[in-house]
Amino acid sequence: MSAINELYQQLILEHNKSPRNFKTMDDADKKAEGFNPLCGDHYTIFLKIKDNRIADIGFQGAGCAISKASASMMTAAIKGATVEEVEALFQKFHAVVTGKMTSDTDVEDLGSLGALAGVAEFPARIKCASLAWHAMHSVLHEMNDSTKTVVTSDTMT
Amino acid sequence: MFTAGNTMKKNNSAMTVDADKRVTFDIERIRGDFPILHTMVRGKPLVYLDNAATTQKPLHVIDADQRYYHSQNANIHRGVHYLSEVATFEYEKARGKVKNFINAADNHEIIFVRGTTEAINLVAHGYGRKFLSEGDEVIISAMEHHSNIVPWQMVCEEKKAVLRVIPMNDDGELIIEEFEKMLSPKTKFVSVVMVSNSLGTINPVKEIIRSAHAQNVPVLVDGAQAVSHLKVDVRDLDCDFFAFSGHKLFAPTGVGALYGKAEILDRMDPYQCGGDMIESVTFEKTTFNALPYKFEAGTGNIAGVIGLGVAIDYIRRVGMDEIETYEHELLVYGTGLLSAIDGVRLIGTAKEKAGVLSFVLETVHPHDIGTILDMEGIAIRTGHHCTQPVMKRFGIPATARASLSLYNTKDELDALARGIGKVKEVFHS
Ligand SMILES: Cc1ncc(COP(=O)(O)O)c(C=O)c1O
Repeated sequence: MSAINELYQQLILEHNKSPRNFKTMDDADKKAEGFNPLCGDHYTIFLKIKDNRIADIGFQGAGCAISKASASMMTAAIKGATVEEVEALFQKFHAVVTGKMTSDTDVEDLGSLGALAGVAEFPARIKCASLAWHAMHSVLHEMNDSTKTVVTSDTMT
Repeated sequence: MFTAGNTMKKNNSAMTVDADKRVTFDIERIRGDFPILHTMVRGKPLVYLDNAATTQKPLHVIDADQRYYHSQNANIHRGVHYLSEVATFEYEKARGKVKNFINAADNHEIIFVRGTTEAINLVAHGYGRKFLSEGDEVIISAMEHHSNIVPWQMVCEEKKAVLRVIPMNDDGELIIEEFEKMLSPKTKFVSVVMVSNSLGTINPVKEIIRSAHAQNVPVLVDGAQAVSHLKVDVRDLDCDFFAFSGHKLFAPTGVGALYGKAEILDRMDPYQCGGDMIESVTFEKTTFNALPYKFEAGTGNIAGVIGLGVAIDYIRRVGMDEIETYEHELLVYGTGLLSAIDGVRLIGTAKEKAGVLSFVLETVHPHDIGTILDMEGIAIRTGHHCTQPVMKRFGIPATARASLSLYNTKDELDALARGIGKVKEVFHS
């Protein structure tokens, strides 16, 4: 598969076209905004947390195919997971898209999220893939602040 | 090909003289002057279409840089020794070249700066902060680069002045009648872009200047995107200030020029203070040096300035009229190609345009377009191009932008069109 087809896999194109959990939630417990000023990608993530689990999640916004598919796949992957499971997944996802962990088992562990592993080959696009994850992660562990805005920067891929 | 009157005298130009004494634009020879154009990227021949961001450098400029550090390097205006004299001579010679290039009246009206951004900041600071007061108005346009918005926003905020914006129509043309209505005794400054970097629009700056001058309002022209595409004559325009960057004109980065009419520059405060810009210093009082040194504090980019002079020599040899004609042909060709692609929408369709093909593709984000084209060896820019208000005006987050220069070819535009075909293929759109 060429690097381009590896990056724009069917699964990614499909999530881009029909994103999962693409909804606002008025009764969300936590809300996070992710913004990439360079390209204008902008998403809001809504979280409902019950008994230490992601009871519901939604997202809204616009951006490139990679950022949108990644946000969509993230919502599907962490819905129902415990906060600890989300944390572990975040770390693993982050390592895979930044090319820090490339063994096949690591990618396999990620399930369908592994489709985004191709991003590691495109340094300029890593930020796109991690935008929604960073936004979600930044608000997940907030005790007091239930809303948060994350602006991507070069040190935060 | 086309004829060009009397620019064929120099034999080391990129022009060749045909038997019948007609002059042709020798694109192969020009491409030969730019080594980077022959590199491969991602296994494909480079197609460089990001010239509005920065242009590539001809061998003449690269060699001048080498020569400077090999045999001319010294600080300028400071030493009595040989090298200092050589460096000073070369530096000041470049000033003369810039002066001639934009047809300024005098060398001391040319101030060397880091680039357009610094030039505009210099004026916003040295003129704006000195002469603006509460209730005054500064007029800019809806298609300014952030560097011609933010400095004015800052002085206006500080001075409690008001920033007003000339609107544009759906083709990306300024609505001049609105500008005329905006002008009033409150207007104290106008700062407008000559050629838009995100739309390619050539603005009627001469007309804007005439109207502003009728009310005694000085005008700065942001010429960052103009100088490599169009002939500029600051005295014909009658602008009060003209700013441009060397790196968009085949010269090194970190160097540019501000032209200002001497009588206005004289009334302004210095922008930065330090060495070179003073006449005498005691701990009680400093008197400033004469123009242009009053605005050139500290040691500047000497090699860069010399390189700028060499770049100007280069394009003058090719011929500004020839460049304009050739690029216009490319622009028309590229516009035709892109318009014919299903789903492509050109952003910026002004009647008067130079060098820029900004577009969006239905259902594919510009960022994705950029990545796929990059894999084909095609360099374009995607994003808001430091003109967020323009994006907002057109209701889009970003565009994909192919921007042209004198060394681009129709073949490269064909490659761009094929690349866009590939994007559509990947996205099944
Ligand atoms: C129209 C315009 N103005 C100003 C600038 C700023 O130029 P520089 O970054 O060289 O200072 C640019 C460069 O992108 C431009 O296109």
